[in-house]
Amino acid sequence: MKKSVVAVLLLLLCALIAVFPLVMVKNSEFGGADGAAEEAVQKVDPDYEPWAESILEPPGGETESLLFCLQAGLGAGVLGFGFGWLAARKKYRNDEASQ
Amino acid sequence: MRKREKLALSLSLFMALGAGVTRQAGAMHIMEGFLPPSHCVAWGVICLPFLVWGVIRIKNITRDHRKTLLLLAMCGAYAFVLSALKIPSVTGSSSHPTGTGLGAMLFGPSVMAVLGIIVLLFQALLLAHGGLTTLGANTFSMAIAGPFLTYGVWKLCQKMGMKREISVFLGAMLGDLFTYCITSFQLGLSHPGTGGVWSSAMEFMGIFALTQVPLAIIEGIVTVVVVMGLDHYAQPELRDLARRRCEEGAR
Repeated sequence: MKKSVVAVLLLLLCALIAVFPLVMVKNSEFGGADGAAEEAVQKVDPDYEPWAESILEPPGGETESLLFCLQAGLGAGVLGFGFGWLAARKKYRNDEASQ
Repeated sequence: MRKREKLALSLSLFMALGAGVTRQAGAMHIMEGFLPPSHCVAWGVICLPFLVWGVIRIKNITRDHRKTLLLLAMCGAYAFVLSALKIPSVTGSSSHPTGTGLGAMLFGPSVMAVLGIIVLLFQALLLAHGGLTTLGANTFSMAIAGPFLTYGVWKLCQKMGMKREISVFLGAMLGDLFTYCITSFQLGLSHPGTGGVWSSAMEFMGIFALTQVPLAIIEGIVTVVVVMGLDHYAQPELRDLARRRCEEGAR
């Protein structure tokens, strides 16, 4: 099999693993595991009071998702640039070598 | 290493050892304010030598291996992307991968301590995810413990002559999982409850580590795909890095 085909198949497998819980686990909102941990802390240590709060809390889900998108977008941009640069180098170097 | 670098490294090592002695030290990231102040400070100090070591390594890379800087940026970007993706898991809650394995295998784990803390700072400052008081603990789990385990597993697999793809997969996957085991342990240490540190750590393990299993597999696979891409396009850089590893091994 060609390498690129293998790569696409592997990424599809990842998508399947991510979708599987959505289909199989019912009645869940898939909240963050850190939220669940907060509850667990209350359970094992009921007297514990968090002594600090985040200095900047996004006002709502929309702003938070904006910032998470920004994080993913910035990262993906750099990754894409890198792979693009490398691919172009390989291509044009081969062209020069064959001339 | 130059003199000043050596001094900085030994100074931070000394402080970390001190913290280890005085403290009877026996996920997602830990939330702001959820560790007692003494633990926050201790974890932070333990991180210092790794950060100093990482900064020295990055400085050396920028000096001697300029060609690989693009790859370094890509490793940082990879951690940025992956830790922004909250993926649903079989436990009914979501978590995100760490993305620190790739850089640990290419550049060595100490470099990831620096790249990882940048990601954590971004999330703590802007996203109220993790926190500044817990930055030390989170850095230790995600940017130090995970990458070091990744590196160890990857090296071991290579020594045993496993295929490159398998070694990369196991390294990245186990590093991801280990990060969240450490997170659970850190929370258990701070909140032993009535059952003691271990039973409490197990409780958190049930939340963090279990949720993380499918995500760790995903991270392993995606990392393999990225490495396949790099193998195809970035041979000169990878050879440069391999040479650097040999030189360091010989020293």
